[in-house]
Amino acid sequence: MANLVNTVIALRVKNHPGVMSHITGLFARRNFNLEGILCGPTGDGSESRMFLLVNNDERLDQIVQQVSKLYDIIEIKVEEDYDRTLFLKIEDILSGVKQC
Amino acid sequence: MKHTGAEILVRLLERQGVDVIAGVPGGSNLPIYHALNKSSIRHVLTRHEQGAGFIAQGIARSTGKVGVCFASSGPGATNLVTAIADAKLDSVPIIAVTGQVAFPMIGTDAFQEVDTYGMTIPITKHNFLVRSAKELLTVVPESFRVALSGRPGPVVIDVPKNVQNESIEFDDWPEPGKADPVESIPVSDADAAKIAGMIRDAKRPVIYAGGGIIHSGASEKLRELAEKNGIPLTWTLMGAGIYPADDPKNLGMLGMHGSRATNIAMREADLLLALGVRFDDRATGDVKRFCENAKIVHVDIDRSEIGKNRKADFFVHADAGVLLDKLVPLVGKNDRAEWLARIGEIRREHPVRLPRNPDSRNPLELIRLIAEIAPEDAIITTDVGQHQMWAAQAYPVKGPRMFLTSGGLGTMGFGFPAAIGAAIANPGKRVICLSGDGSIQMNIQEMATLADLGLDVTVIVMNNEHLGLVRQQQELFYNGTYIASKFVTNPDFAAIARGYHLRGVDLRAEKDPVAALRRSILEAGPWIVDAPIHSAENVFPMVPPGASNEQMIGG
Repeated sequence: MANLVNTVIALRVKNHPGVMSHITGLFARRNFNLEGILCGPTGDGSESRMFLLVNNDERLDQIVQQVSKLYDIIEIKVEEDYDRTLFLKIEDILSGVKQC
Repeated sequence: MKHTGAEILVRLLERQGVDVIAGVPGGSNLPIYHALNKSSIRHVLTRHEQGAGFIAQGIARSTGKVGVCFASSGPGATNLVTAIADAKLDSVPIIAVTGQVAFPMIGTDAFQEVDTYGMTIPITKHNFLVRSAKELLTVVPESFRVALSGRPGPVVIDVPKNVQNESIEFDDWPEPGKADPVESIPVSDADAAKIAGMIRDAKRPVIYAGGGIIHSGASEKLRELAEKNGIPLTWTLMGAGIYPADDPKNLGMLGMHGSRATNIAMREADLLLALGVRFDDRATGDVKRFCENAKIVHVDIDRSEIGKNRKADFFVHADAGVLLDKLVPLVGKNDRAEWLARIGEIRREHPVRLPRNPDSRNPLELIRLIAEIAPEDAIITTDVGQHQMWAAQAYPVKGPRMFLTSGGLGTMGFGFPAAIGAAIANPGKRVICLSGDGSIQMNIQEMATLADLGLDVTVIVMNNEHLGLVRQQQELFYNGTYIASKFVTNPDFAAIARGYHLRGVDLRAEKDPVAALRRSILEAGPWIVDAPIHSAENVFPMVPPGASNEQMIGG
């Protein structure tokens, strides 16, 4: 299911305790909206994958450029046609339809 | 070999070529200081950590090399924060090494514990919390690489005390970290040709250049471009010194306190070559109306600056020097007689107005006099406020890295310790700190550090007994209703200097103030000069905050 309002920034990052605050801190201080986060370690745990649900608006390029500068980012991709079911379960949990 | 974390840290700093570190010791960085005993590195003990941060900046800004400072945990680290944030906004490569409570104590609200890592995320290019002595072997060289590569910036290395004390066995020292080559971001022939074509087609091009030119060491190449194609040039505060002051193509600083003629000429431009700049609001005024008749070419090494504040018609993500290397040979010779004549006409229509009170207490007169006396190779630092803007308007800066000023953060208290840093890194050169009676008191304790070192630093306190720029805005925008902008009590700065065993000069008390000023600039060693100026003088012209650059008042 494609979604035109939102889009997903898919990241591969170095996995360490500070990486999440670097990314969420950037969104907060640059006044970017962050609608959802999916995150978890991969492989041997030295890397994490992160999916950031963001508004697909004129600020997207600036968000991507700023996130790209973060030291811990290994790879960044914008997934315009992301699979919305990725975040559906979270939405259901948040709205109380489903249990965690 | 076997070494402690503290020894490894100090040895790695030596291997990076660091010869001076400014800092303050405390409970959580004592092992690092102990390791300094056996080091070739000279330590400069400041009286406040912020002073150490700005000394590191003075070293970095005047040389382009990394400046290093030390602080302990808790208040030591919080005191450094302003200097680190200042380095972030002006892209200055410094490394701050902070002590931290032992790792097992983190999160317990231990004595002098503060979350230095969390606190410095938004104000650093990157930061590290070191978890083991072994990590130092990669973190230290990486910190230098990060601080120097691309757009430079500050790095914090937070080192818990147990990591400093941890002994480890290892085989080899890592290679020192160095900047990634600027050529790693290449400029295509097609991009250079495209810009050359836009220059050829333009009738009224203007170069708008900034700190990126200084970091790139590209002043000479920039001059070649401007000379060859007859392109007038304006610079941001961070670009002071990139172009000869007396060249008629030099339009001076643009923006809030730029000259009237410059801001008007910018409106008539049909092509803006923005090189190593970030379209900062103090330079552009209302950014939507900035150079609205011009096509915009933007070149910056930080890709995120392109399109951040103003959309470019064409951009190249690259080091300005790499771009200029390719561009200059493609640009034809042109004298642009018509455009330069028009600029001459604008200048005649909008001349720089003479000061309200043209005497020795006039700030512009004073700056002119200082420039006349100062040796050719003198380095100028400024604090923040009216004196800073007067200096940017009137001081004929002789070259890049010779005018050190806090641009982005606008930190009062920057100028004096930065001058000490510049003097440490540039022996044999006179460093003149132009300050104000407000600014100097924000790091006045470093007079003790200056006395320790006996450097060739002259501080000139342009004393108007006010927070002058605040007073000015209250006069202009708050109907002359003044609050909290006049100092009820000001100290006798010359007496304070003498209290710190420095030579203090009060120009009010001198029979020949000009001779006294000359002596305190030319005679070896430190001098503190209290120079009274008229308190009602304003910095003009001025673009009111939020207005467009043509809407200047005064001057």
